[in-house]
Amino acid sequence: MISYIIRRIVYAVPTLIGVNVLIFALFFVVNSPDDMAITILGEKNVTQQAIDNWKKENGYDQPLFFNIDESGFSKLTATIFFQKTIRLFLFDFGKSDRDNTEIGDQVRMRMFPSLAIAVPTFLLGVLINISISLIVAFYRATYLDYWGLILCVVSMSISTLFYIIGGQYLFSICLRLVPISGYDTGIHMIKFIVLPVVIGVISGIGTGVRFYRTVFLEVIGNDYIRTARAKGLSELKVLFKHVLKNAMIPILTGLVMTIPFLFYGSLLMEAFFAIPGLGSYTLDAINSQDFAIVRAMVYLGAVLNIIGLLLTDISYTLVDPRVRLG
Amino acid sequence: MFIIIQNIVVLCIVSFLLLFLKWAAGKPYWRSAWSVLRKNRLAMFSLFIISLYCALGILDSISWRDPMKTAHDETIKDSAGKTVLQPYPLSVLDRLFTPIRTAQEKTYSAPLAKTLLAKENVLQADGTTLRMYPELKSQVTHLLGTDKVGNDVLFKALKGIRTALIIGVLTSAIAIPFALFFGITAGYFGGLIDDAVQYVYTTLMSIPSILLMVAFLLLFGRGLTQLCVIMGITSWTGLCRLIRAESIKIRELEYVAAAEAMGVNRFVISLRHILPNVMHIVIISAVLRFSGLVLSEAILSYIGIGVGPETGSWGNMINNARLELARAPVVWWNLGAAFIFMLGLVLPANIFGDALRDALDPRLKE
Repeated sequence: MISYIIRRIVYAVPTLIGVNVLIFALFFVVNSPDDMAITILGEKNVTQQAIDNWKKENGYDQPLFFNIDESGFSKLTATIFFQKTIRLFLFDFGKSDRDNTEIGDQVRMRMFPSLAIAVPTFLLGVLINISISLIVAFYRATYLDYWGLILCVVSMSISTLFYIIGGQYLFSICLRLVPISGYDTGIHMIKFIVLPVVIGVISGIGTGVRFYRTVFLEVIGNDYIRTARAKGLSELKVLFKHVLKNAMIPILTGLVMTIPFLFYGSLLMEAFFAIPGLGSYTLDAINSQDFAIVRAMVYLGAVLNIIGLLLTDISYTLVDPRVRLG
Repeated sequence: MFIIIQNIVVLCIVSFLLLFLKWAAGKPYWRSAWSVLRKNRLAMFSLFIISLYCALGILDSISWRDPMKTAHDETIKDSAGKTVLQPYPLSVLDRLFTPIRTAQEKTYSAPLAKTLLAKENVLQADGTTLRMYPELKSQVTHLLGTDKVGNDVLFKALKGIRTALIIGVLTSAIAIPFALFFGITAGYFGGLIDDAVQYVYTTLMSIPSILLMVAFLLLFGRGLTQLCVIMGITSWTGLCRLIRAESIKIRELEYVAAAEAMGVNRFVISLRHILPNVMHIVIISAVLRFSGLVLSEAILSYIGIGVGPETGSWGNMINNARLELARAPVVWWNLGAAFIFMLGLVLPANIFGDALRDALDPRLKE
């Protein structure tokens, strides 16, 4: 088991290197530091002097791979590839291009608001989706199932934006139950996070219920379920003891894949509700065209995603003894 | 020049779809799937609505520039004797809706209303001013009212159709060739190629797609083309994985073994035997993905990284109307029109996609 986990972690390293090379190619080769400077300084009336100054200030004035002017070891270290990409690989995010704040500090600070939205949305969502789909699966091939499925398709087809705008209008403007947007620390936080969480859960119900229903019906079609019924087990007992247990693998896949989004929250929710999390940090960086932050966020997102995939694979071995540690 | 390219792209996609339909009509497998599908009334109704949207989208895609006219309806020629053209092309849809398009009001007016939404001081014929709701300038009825700058909302919503369809279709058109090529070569040839392809898509997939889009659009600017390209890049990987898995399955079947035993070239086998047998996966996933792409356009436009503000799209409509529910009196028709038009496309697409999947691949039936 331990050796399996270690092997999987080692396998993740080439992927991380690949991600880094991709980020390097996107941000420094396809779009050169000169282009970056022009974007930030403005297209018009920009002098080469101003571009060079900006590059020097932000540490983009070195060659990409190989620095001939330096001597010895720093021929390799005094390059953009080493200074920016290898440091990023080691989680040294560096400073923002715009205001020189440490990106690492910001990430640590903004992680909590993101989690405060994402964790409740995630847990409540899973609980509600699974409960509803168990009910639908229990009444399968009846009108409840039929209309439930149609409702799911309809709710999937409605834009998330509608749920957000409609929810804000109904709960904040008409009923005045909660503030429209914003964030606060401590106990006051709750009134700000209720609405994003509720809307996040509701907008995910359609997709979730449909997915879990398919999973449950697939398990219900198995012979051992028929056997369990033939032995006289009640339908409820079959559902909870046999179906739910055997549906664990697909459920886990669905669950762990959402882990990266736990940290990123939903970019959308944070933007709409003015939550100062990682998602809105990324969005602010786009609007102010801060390349360093976007670079760091892309890498962080990939790392979290890879960790999520790793956890999925490990959790498979825990819930299903048949999964071989190949 | 750009206008010509735009027209050609749409023409290419349409003719490619027609060619595919012609090819599929000759195959018993696709014919039987169609006969199953035809009995599904809901799916047929959905297909009808989708076709309606497509027709409007195509009408909006064929465009040309008119010559500039003087007040006396004469064409203007430049010094070289060439006719001077209008700066912006007009599509067939623009021309069909000329009365509505040119009926510019001052500001908001409610659906079907005869007056503006807000009171103004109006100079009467007898010289007195009266505080009242001013009448609309144009005689046409605005079925869905007008927006903040007085444009017709119905026309704006209609203009969004083309953007949505292009995003839904062009993205797939970019992603499918890559996915097919790499998926089939990886699955059928295996070995080192397989390892390389797997490495590339694992790496691409490990970056959350929204972040990759953000980075890409930051570097290359907003726009319909950029959006389609980056969505294509982020979405070919999933399809490639499916095709690779299916190709591995087909590789082991008897007809492939027979072709190999008879000494058929391996490239010919992958084209003649593997490609037609993974097509149903391509079609199913393209149709099922379509609605998701349309929905994400709105979201991306909302967070400011979608199509440019000058392109008419439902996302931009929603984005511009984001504060309208909070004002008094409430302006709901902008948001309402965008959401209803979006639902009108996405819901039939979802229903039709499900029906198509059941017809093409009964194993996947829910």
